[in-house]
Amino acid sequence: MKRQLPIFITFIAGITMIIQFFLPRLEHATVPPLGDLFLNWFLIIFAFAYILGGASLVVVNFSKIAKSAPGWGYNAVLLVGLFGTLAAGLFGGINEGSLFRYIFNYVFTPLSATMFALLAFFIASAAFRAFKAKTMEATLLLIAALIVMIGQVPLGQALWSHLPFLKGISLNILIDDWIMNGFNAAGQRAIILGASLGLISMSLKILLGIERSYLGGD
Amino acid sequence: MFWRLLNLDRKVIFLLVLAAAGIPLFFPLNIGIKPSQPVKNIYNFIEKLSPGKNILISFDYGPSTRIECAPMAAAVMRQAFRRGLRVVGLTIWPEGAALASDLLKRVGKECGKEYGRDYLDLGYKPGNEMAILALSKGIQTICPRDAAGTPIEEFPILSGIRTLRDFDLILSFSGGFPGLTDWITIAQAQCHRPVAGGCTAVIASQLYPYINSGQLLGLMGGLKGAAEYETLIGQPEEACLAMDAQGVTHFLIAGLILLSNLVFFATRKKKKRSGGA
Repeated sequence: MKRQLPIFITFIAGITMIIQFFLPRLEHATVPPLGDLFLNWFLIIFAFAYILGGASLVVVNFSKIAKSAPGWGYNAVLLVGLFGTLAAGLFGGINEGSLFRYIFNYVFTPLSATMFALLAFFIASAAFRAFKAKTMEATLLLIAALIVMIGQVPLGQALWSHLPFLKGISLNILIDDWIMNGFNAAGQRAIILGASLGLISMSLKILLGIERSYLGGD
Repeated sequence: MFWRLLNLDRKVIFLLVLAAAGIPLFFPLNIGIKPSQPVKNIYNFIEKLSPGKNILISFDYGPSTRIECAPMAAAVMRQAFRRGLRVVGLTIWPEGAALASDLLKRVGKECGKEYGRDYLDLGYKPGNEMAILALSKGIQTICPRDAAGTPIEEFPILSGIRTLRDFDLILSFSGGFPGLTDWITIAQAQCHRPVAGGCTAVIASQLYPYINSGQLLGLMGGLKGAAEYETLIGQPEEACLAMDAQGVTHFLIAGLILLSNLVFFATRKKKKRSGGA
């Protein structure tokens, strides 16, 4: 019963959502409230997942501070940030002019943007060290990458039109029609189809109770 | 001597990147930007919508991807407001709520529009793709109040809008998951509404199959897409300015790759010769 009941609930919820997606009219004609009910349950559970995530974060970081694990200072900063922002939002509100919005705009936003911007520096360094035309595949990738990288910016487009030996080749046709809509789209489509088929097969296994690892245990 | 370039200190590369990204911000190159077809598709579609039509914009990005996605959203809003369209905004990213709210207010004020009549901020909706599914069943169910907590019945903009199906265009500006693909799956595939949007340059390549299949009306890819849209509406802003920095940095990285390959092959040839001797 401990295993059969969750499998039964999973099966009913899954089948209802499938019917709702593919046959919305049938769903409304037969079991109107069930799909909406599961959807509402999901939205409530999803919101509660934030509380669970927050609790897990606190437990993990507190235990590291308690053990004085290497780098425990970072854990302390994280918890101060977490509780400080939480208190600012709970007691001062989250609307414009609040302390929470101040923290978001002047601490969180610049820090996030900085972290993301650092990528440019590391990508440049990594590309210089690792992007070598050692094999045929790597050479093709390198050529395509260079064309897209240069052709996707106005400076590249302006220079391209002045190169005598490339003047006859339209950069838009080369990048948009050939590389992006041709090779890239074909590859992406194959990945999407492959991943979708894998997802369908895994979902069926879960719905039919064949795959039970999500229940925990053996 | 030449081979030593392969071991170039990364601090030198970092300084070069800093210069490439920084200098064009102070000395703009002012190179004309040519809009691409996927970007033109969005612009042309909005131009054809008659005043009073409703568009939904989902601000699905956070502070890290704001620099690419916010200029796209701002440019679309400017065009929509000029055309007399009504804009309803929301986000399915928790970090997107404050960014969406600030942008809606800023552009709304700039275009002289009134909150609740011309535009509305519904705030953050949890549930990823399930939030979109809930919107397709009824906006009232998942959005009983706007971002500031006012009941949505009080806003005239939502009169006649009950579900996603009542929007004439749905746009998502997406910094990753959840985002544009989820809007395509539900708003386009299930609700049959036109879906368009923008995304960071990193994920743009993944969305091309949806343009080919006709499920995605148009796409703005990265800062370039935003700059193209700013050019189309005739109001160059931060994306156009930042394109120079991006362009020079692209050239620097391409140059570094070429240089490292030249050195690599020259060294390999030399080794082969000395090995053969």
